[in-house]
Amino acid sequence: MTQNGSMQPESLVGQTSSQNLGMVVSGSLTEGMEVRLDSSTSIENIKVGTFVSIQGQRMRFFGVVTEVALKAMDQTMVTSPPDVSNPFIAKVISGTAAYGTITVEPMLTIGGGDNIAGIDGPQPAKTVPPHFSAVGTATDDDIRIVFGEEDENHFYIGNPLDMETRLCLNIEELVKRSNGVFGKSGTGKTFLTRLLLLGILQNGTASNLVFDMHGEYGWKGTSESDNREVKGLKQLFPSKVAVFSLDEESSRRRGLSPDYIVRIGYEEIEPEDVQMLRDTLNLSEVAADAAHALQRKFGRRKWLKSFLDLPTGSDVGELAQELNVNERALSTLHSRLARLDRYHFMDKDSGHDSVNQILNYIERGMHVVLEFGRYGSDLTAYILVANLLTRRIYDRYQRLTEQAMGDQTERPRPLVITVEEAHKFLSPAIADQTIFGTIAREMRKYNVTLLVVDQRPSGIDDEVMSQIGTKFTCLLDNERDIDAVLTGVSGSRKLRSVLARLESKQQALVFGHSVPMPVVISTRDYGSADSYREFGFRDEAELKAQVEQDIADLFGPDGG
Amino acid sequence: MTDKNHRLGEVIEASTTEFTSQSYDLYGAPPLGTLVRCGGGSETGVVYGIVFEVATRSLDSTRRPIARGRDEDSEAAIYEENPQLNRLLSTEFRAQTVGHRDDETLRRWLAPLPPRIHSFVHPCHGDELREFAGSLEFVPILLSAPTAATDDVLASFLRRASESYPDPESFLIQAGRQLTPLLGDQLQRLNNILRRLSP
Repeated sequence: MTQNGSMQPESLVGQTSSQNLGMVVSGSLTEGMEVRLDSSTSIENIKVGTFVSIQGQRMRFFGVVTEVALKAMDQTMVTSPPDVSNPFIAKVISGTAAYGTITVEPMLTIGGGDNIAGIDGPQPAKTVPPHFSAVGTATDDDIRIVFGEEDENHFYIGNPLDMETRLCLNIEELVKRSNGVFGKSGTGKTFLTRLLLLGILQNGTASNLVFDMHGEYGWKGTSESDNREVKGLKQLFPSKVAVFSLDEESSRRRGLSPDYIVRIGYEEIEPEDVQMLRDTLNLSEVAADAAHALQRKFGRRKWLKSFLDLPTGSDVGELAQELNVNERALSTLHSRLARLDRYHFMDKDSGHDSVNQILNYIERGMHVVLEFGRYGSDLTAYILVANLLTRRIYDRYQRLTEQAMGDQTERPRPLVITVEEAHKFLSPAIADQTIFGTIAREMRKYNVTLLVVDQRPSGIDDEVMSQIGTKFTCLLDNERDIDAVLTGVSGSRKLRSVLARLESKQQALVFGHSVPMPVVISTRDYGSADSYREFGFRDEAELKAQVEQDIADLFGPDGG
Repeated sequence: MTDKNHRLGEVIEASTTEFTSQSYDLYGAPPLGTLVRCGGGSETGVVYGIVFEVATRSLDSTRRPIARGRDEDSEAAIYEENPQLNRLLSTEFRAQTVGHRDDETLRRWLAPLPPRIHSFVHPCHGDELREFAGSLEFVPILLSAPTAATDDVLASFLRRASESYPDPESFLIQAGRQLTPLLGDQLQRLNNILRRLSP
């Protein structure tokens, strides 16, 4: 009922795309805005993480719902509730004497001053909307203004909660920093990662190098929910993706002929690699450090082979005395390193050229997926290979970048290295020693960034976590993991409630460098024929038809 | 609007907050909660009131009616046998002033001056009632009136007003929602009114 006498009970719920929810009644920038819901708004329809807009006097604010609460106008209502068995009374009371409130964390503003929407884009919210500003659900246009429209640079990654709009990610910004995909096992990390890889691939500004532990990205993956197969990168973009394999047999069994079989020579292993393997090989610090002494004794590139060639027992004892290291430590190191012999990809005799091969592909603008085959379940092999290759690639990139700075030539093509079980590489104990720690910290200086995929973010070094640009977080319920992911994020206390209440599948909270504000998305469909077509994939019949059409266009209907 | 047939009576006593009218016909008073309008001549503006009390009594306060029906078959027969009763008894109704018109603008609060004596009183129906009920700004006047049974008067008014709307129930729900903050600290009273409003 308004002043001019019109009384239309449902007039608040317009048919426009923005649905009015309520109005701002109190709040602060740090605590978020308290919004009293209209009586026509059902509190059950509002979910934590929903994207809302607030129309201030000059500016439009965007925010996320971080809390939903029930309030009563008078405390006696709590002790002696009204007669809600009468449906009429229940309808009147709900939303008036007893009402719902939501807390909205203001994140961005558009407009205000000379800043015209769309030109300067959304700015971080530095003030709050005035009292009684109208709050409504965000419209499709709002999403487009904030996150950008789907184009070459913006990759459609999913939909905001309860909305149909396509939420896009600025891939160019994304690859400038290291990123992380986190979530409990089975929450859709792999699907999300695959989407990100596809986004980077389609965008073309950077190349991917994927250490594909479980063979999920290269040729095909599986969907855990219904056990169906989904296409990998190679199937969708055969001309842009090269699959390298550590285990040729396994690759062939899975119907793929790898582009290159990776072999690693003993001489390529350095003491630093042994440091990385301390955990998985169960080596003491002393034992791991002995590798450096061995390198000094036998020389670079030769130390491991020479050391392993020693028969166990007395020879190791003598060597220990000579090197002045603990004999037991050395013999442990000897027996543990001897395990490497079991790996078929290890080659005693000669060095190999895997790194050059990978770099060749990457320089040609291709994307490389390294499949581990049966070694995927062997953490030692995964860590060893990933670390070893990455270190060499990084060295090369460092050299090329510095060269480019010196003589103004082109900098090497940006590279995104995807690594799973990241906490094994980036744990606080070793993060400052391993190459992954270096990459994560130095960020884009040398055009190499990481995409870390992990289910235990609490196991990752704080310093590394704080350098991660954009975080894609699926459901996490361990307190420490949530803490780790949210460290250093403004408004983290409120994001917590959002994070802990994500659905266990296909939902993720995205926040950080490449998105203007945190947002919950339900990830884009991947695995159906339609979804492949959206990525530009054409099956054989379509390709054939296209070729015939091209021939007809070129030579006329007779086909020349 | 000046139709004689619709006239209910004339104002016989008026003050700022209420006015008493005498009905032209015995028992011809409008029901409790009726919105009535009086005045509107060139000298005075229109004043709106809501009927909160109806009374029928002897015109001469010194002469009380006496029982007459011992030998009659029905109550109606008493009046037929004693046609003078229609002249000796009169029905009066009191209305709480709740609004007025000021240069064609409807104001839902007290008029600057009460209606004159002998102002004609009309009931409000249809569009006029709907226009007035479009806002419940006047409710605080009614709720704080010193007279008895204001809750019933308000509930009756709202129920009558709802009938002039295409969707009476949603009108009542909206009205109830507007009442809620006014009676936020008197939940029992709110409950009572709402119970009277519920269909």
